[in-house]
Amino acid sequence: MAAAVEHEVSHPALQHHFENLEQQREAGTLGMWVFLVTEIMFFGGMFFAYTLYRSKFPDAFASASNHLSLPLGAVNTVVLILSSLTMALAVYCAQVGKRRNLILFLVMTIVLGSAFLGIKAVEYRDKYVDSLIPGRLVPGRPFNPVVAAHGDTDPHKLHLMGSATVKHVEMFYWIYFAMTGMHAIHMIIGVGLLLVLLYFSWRGRYGPEYHNPVEILGLYWHFVDIIWIFLFPLLYLLGRHMLHT
Amino acid sequence: MQAPETFETPAAERVNYLNAQYGLKSWLLTKDHKRIGLLYLGSISFFFLIGGLYAMFIRLELLTPQGDFLSSATYNKVFTQHGIIMVFFFLIPSIPATLGNFLVPLMIGAKDLAFPRINLLSWYIYLLGGIITIYALLAGGIDTGWTFYVPYSTTFSNSYVIATGAGIFISGFSSILTGLNFIVTIHTMRAPGMTWFRMPLFIWAHYATSLIMILGTPVIAITILLLAFERLAHVGIFDPANGGDPVLFQHLFWFYSHPAVYIMVLPGMGIISELIANFSRKNIFGYSFVAFSSLAIAVFGFLVWGHHMFVSGQSVYAGMVFSFLSFAVAIPSAVKVFNWTATLYRGSISYDTPMLYALGFIGLFTIGGMTGLFLATLGVNVHTTDTYFVVAHFHYVMVGGTLLAYMGGLHYWWPKITGRMYPEGWGRFSALVVFVGFNLTFLPQFIAGYLGMPRRYHAYPPEFQVFNVLSSAGASILGVGLLIPLIYLIWSMRYGRRAEANPWHLPGLEWRTPSPPPTENFLVTPLVTWEAYEFAPPEELRVIGVFKEDESLENADAVIDGRPT
Repeated sequence: MAAAVEHEVSHPALQHHFENLEQQREAGTLGMWVFLVTEIMFFGGMFFAYTLYRSKFPDAFASASNHLSLPLGAVNTVVLILSSLTMALAVYCAQVGKRRNLILFLVMTIVLGSAFLGIKAVEYRDKYVDSLIPGRLVPGRPFNPVVAAHGDTDPHKLHLMGSATVKHVEMFYWIYFAMTGMHAIHMIIGVGLLLVLLYFSWRGRYGPEYHNPVEILGLYWHFVDIIWIFLFPLLYLLGRHMLHT
Repeated sequence: MQAPETFETPAAERVNYLNAQYGLKSWLLTKDHKRIGLLYLGSISFFFLIGGLYAMFIRLELLTPQGDFLSSATYNKVFTQHGIIMVFFFLIPSIPATLGNFLVPLMIGAKDLAFPRINLLSWYIYLLGGIITIYALLAGGIDTGWTFYVPYSTTFSNSYVIATGAGIFISGFSSILTGLNFIVTIHTMRAPGMTWFRMPLFIWAHYATSLIMILGTPVIAITILLLAFERLAHVGIFDPANGGDPVLFQHLFWFYSHPAVYIMVLPGMGIISELIANFSRKNIFGYSFVAFSSLAIAVFGFLVWGHHMFVSGQSVYAGMVFSFLSFAVAIPSAVKVFNWTATLYRGSISYDTPMLYALGFIGLFTIGGMTGLFLATLGVNVHTTDTYFVVAHFHYVMVGGTLLAYMGGLHYWWPKITGRMYPEGWGRFSALVVFVGFNLTFLPQFIAGYLGMPRRYHAYPPEFQVFNVLSSAGASILGVGLLIPLIYLIWSMRYGRRAEANPWHLPGLEWRTPSPPPTENFLVTPLVTWEAYEFAPPEELRVIGVFKEDESLENADAVIDGRPT
């Protein structure tokens, strides 16, 4: 056994407590998968609350959802799916050792991720303008939307349908801000980690022998993407049919 | 079971993990799982003393029926803080973060945990959470009960809910990281020949515990976060004033906090499996049943949380299902107890201190578990809800179970951890004192509770005084029983008899390396060819890789499987 280990050519990235790079790669990948399981449980608490109150207050949730900007949400979905594509290509380039393309795709992923956050900020600002930020989350700007009268089509006013009440619309917006806010925090962390990867890629650390960090961050990035894929229909596409009745 | 001979020279000067480096910095920046285990040992002991202090205040107040020692408001804070400190800062990290941290790599023949830096980070996170909680206690404390029920915690309580919640939120991540580290280590770092079914049952128990840690802890994290925002910004999903449902909070809280009971007791069961097999010198009866019962507890444990909420107004049908599942979770626990007793049968039992704790565990855990069945019964539960019957029940599981297992494990591996033996006579004496003191404290509470004494009040009708006086007397004995080991364990670190590598003559990998182990755990990578509890004659249980006089390594391959060649 001891002899077998000595024959292994030691790689500078191999940590002392692993026998070889393969074991280190396996541990890192499994570690990220386990971490993503904890993330599912973390978001799961909010999805559970969403499910409960959506079934309890369907009209309020539909009314509140209609006030969200469908075009901005849809564009963001496309942006994020594209970023997943560039991330996957970055992982591929790291595996085959194409350093220039690796750097290129990482930069594209960072740009797309930042674009998502920028569009999200515009949406948040719109909610601020319409006084739709729940409770006293923003000091001096309590939740206080103007409710539209029947026939009024002003998009800045809140259009209540069916048995919806302002109080329950506020609950939708709290769940909306909690979920998208938590998602955005994950995006910001992801972009930060991509910048670190970019630095080390530029230094030429990753190649066919050692590229585990790129793979692992790829897993994380796709996961954050998938969370959004669930958030978009659940938050933006409720009760659209009721607008035309 | 005194050592008749040693199998290696106890070279005091040999480099081990304790003397490899000196100085505060070498400890605070260490990535060695053994040193991190000791850092945890120190910090959880500190929190245990604080939690114990609060317990003392509770027992003092309850000596007399009048609320004369503490005001009702202060008493609310005292029992809340006792619960929060003991649950989140002692019981949950106790065995995994100290003994688990120290032993998981040693027992599977790895050089360290898979992520040593994350391991150190988890200790700092724990410490940060602990410091914030201590700040909250000093600033004015918290009075919501350790369960943080809404809307009291979000709207009405005037105590430091958010600061305490932040402390628990943060320390939860240390638990997640520990669990993650264990799962990855057990999957990817086992030594050659260490198959899944050759792993010691301690490892199986920690694997199951880690599953609960990674699946449950994130849920309490998000729940506490939402609670804090609800209190801070009046946004919410729990408060009826916001259209929310307080029962949702209870669901989310117990979805973690019931499995958390298994985070506390499963590692304890792992220790007991080791102690029973090794001090009976017999292979454990039904190895795979004991191993899989740990996983079964982890799975079933996630499906029974509703039995904390029978009187909360949840659906009666949900109550029936939760009642049935709570009975079901008793089965894997019973499998363990039966297998332990079957292992004892015709074993060559020695009554060293760890074994005394293990036998105590079996008895007390059985009582704790059986009274759990009373509480899982819908009708009885209504009668006993929020009485001292519940308090006695979970103390039998958490103190009679987890704490006794922890003490047994600490004694059992003390020679490996410190390289010194603890004084056996004092050990046995204090184990008996703990057992007597514990029962005197909590047995009367079953009776008082069944007769109707409610929990969480500082005053009570005079007819309950006799039970409370017995209980307070027992608590003093229990306190003394726990202080004795604190003193002699610290004493033995310097003055104890030097321990050889394998003082109990056992086959486990952790005993096949010097005491205390070298930083890299094993001098050569071990090759495992034996089953977990395959007892060999002592002369065959040699250290893997032996030092010659001049400190060079000899014999590396010759004894690699623990057999003479």
